[in-house]
Amino acid sequence: MIQRTRTNRFLIYGSLVLLAMVFLLPAYTVIITSFKSPDQISMDTVWNLPNPWNWESFVEAWEAFAPNLLNSLSLVIPSTIISAMLGSLNGYVLSKWKFPGANILFPLMLFGMFIPYQSILIPLFQFLNSIGLYGSIPGLILVHVIYGIPITTLIFRNYYAEVPTEMVEAAAIDGAGFFGIYRHIIFPISMPGFVVVIIWQFTQAWNEFLFAVTLTSGTGNEPITVALSNLAGGRAVQWNLPMAGAIMAAVPTLLVYVFLGRYFIRGLLAGSVKG
Amino acid sequence: MAAFSIKSVNRDRLIAILMLLPSIILLGIFVYGFIGKTVYDSMTDWEGVALEQEVSFVGLENYDRLFTGLLDVRFRQSLVNTFYFTLFFMGGCLVLGLFLAILIDQGIRFEDGWRIVFLFPMALSFIVTGTVWRWLFNPVGGLNRLPTLIGLPPLEIRWLTDRTQILQFNWQNLPRILTAAAILALALVAYRYLRKGRRRATLLWGGLAVVVAIWALLGGPSRIPVPEYEEVHGFNVAMIGIVIAAVWQMSGYTMAMYLAGMRGIPDELREAAIVDGANVFQVYRHIILPILQPITLSAMIVLGHISLKIFDLIFVMAGPDNATTDVPGVLMFVTAFRGNEFAKGAAIAVVMLIMVAVVIVPYLVNTLRSEYEL
Repeated sequence: MIQRTRTNRFLIYGSLVLLAMVFLLPAYTVIITSFKSPDQISMDTVWNLPNPWNWESFVEAWEAFAPNLLNSLSLVIPSTIISAMLGSLNGYVLSKWKFPGANILFPLMLFGMFIPYQSILIPLFQFLNSIGLYGSIPGLILVHVIYGIPITTLIFRNYYAEVPTEMVEAAAIDGAGFFGIYRHIIFPISMPGFVVVIIWQFTQAWNEFLFAVTLTSGTGNEPITVALSNLAGGRAVQWNLPMAGAIMAAVPTLLVYVFLGRYFIRGLLAGSVKG
Repeated sequence: MAAFSIKSVNRDRLIAILMLLPSIILLGIFVYGFIGKTVYDSMTDWEGVALEQEVSFVGLENYDRLFTGLLDVRFRQSLVNTFYFTLFFMGGCLVLGLFLAILIDQGIRFEDGWRIVFLFPMALSFIVTGTVWRWLFNPVGGLNRLPTLIGLPPLEIRWLTDRTQILQFNWQNLPRILTAAAILALALVAYRYLRKGRRRATLLWGGLAVVVAIWALLGGPSRIPVPEYEEVHGFNVAMIGIVIAAVWQMSGYTMAMYLAGMRGIPDELREAAIVDGANVFQVYRHIILPILQPITLSAMIVLGHISLKIFDLIFVMAGPDNATTDVPGVLMFVTAFRGNEFAKGAAIAVVMLIMVAVVIVPYLVNTLRSEYEL
């Protein structure tokens, strides 16, 4: 640790304040722009505070984006819950029921979370089309659940690895079977694991774009990311609207992050494979 | 005990495997089956959306066109863009993340508060980040007008609309450049093992370097197909804006990784070094950084595979049809789903997959191998 002299303290806090300003600059610009009315947005005054502050953009953005926010919610909630349950079960099997070949199977499963999804996108598109789920929310849920299996399995496997095997063995000797052990020993202590996985999957699915834009564009079932990108990518844009939309798209994951940040970071670090 | 357990444990183990089976089958089909289908598609002439169409097998023709065809110069520039983007994005995240971690590690006040400030961009989607930074990079507004706040004239940086290209090279020289880089890298690895005194590893990697060098001397690189005419590629300056936005979003991640690592270093180690007369820089340079080396490697791999796959950020910041800022992820989407050239799109996707696999597979094997040995 750097010595606590006055100059050093000054340098440290000075750097922190400077960097924090840089990091918060985009947040500042989003907020002030979203509170301006279109005719207040002039390039000469981009950095000035709105005068007067005006809520209109949010009303308008809400009207435009409410259906998409609803799409996002109805896609994210089921896919997060299903992913978490699958992950918990898989993690339990892989950490407590070692079987021959598991050491090869597990990395093969993990590989699925690193692939560029472009490499499965064309067959996926064809497949969803052929079973009539193209462009639908259930189709997207299916996609998120399947491609979420590797990360949720990984997080739960590493989490359960810390549960002493003796506990499981003792329960087995007492006559508990596969499900008995899960219900009485593993599941009751799984809460922190579930929190990490749910936060992770929620953020991922809410923020996802590639699947969403490929599988729902123009169907009316677009999640918020696609709607925002359509609005922001348009040619003649009134920037107060995309900025208000960006805030709406960001708020759910930001709230999760601010209130459950500890778990968020744990999920983040789990993504680098080591438990 | 034995009599009871073996029988019921075997039954339960069977149940366990059965419970895992659905996930295995799903991943088998949706990951490996679909990859197989994409590889196959990439070797056909599949084009257009007509229902009844003849698709025939054409072998590696699509790949040949992507890497040598006159019309597909855009694909090659997208690879070059990815290369430079990866370089600067990774460098930026590592340096800034490490610096932030060192600052926060100094026993400062309101540590959690600072941490939230630097990590919150991670919670956003690339779409939100891209929307916001696109506005900031407006050539007549945004960042360019920041100096006017203190009375200076506005900047005239063109950011995303800049068409300048620097660090140029001729694509035809690429086989030779890559071969030289490979020999150098292999030799470096061998040298590091030599210093660690690992004889077998030294011989293996040194041997590989020699094999590649001999192949090069025998004219190997000149047999790799290249475009017929000289073709200049380079770093498009317009990418700088995208690098800045990406570093803004992801450097908190490296910070969190480094912080987790620093918290694991016992204080005695630093104190002992300071007692021995080391100054702060020496402590970080010779004690902390070497311990953090595995974290740097993990971070590089995670950031690297993100940048090889980058899609959303560029899609929303520069638009999908912007050749200057093209990357394979976006080009694949445009080729397959806008242009209906499915075979070519599949070939681009396979190239992406190979690039990611080269980074990820050794990492996965290494991490899990050391775990299984424990």
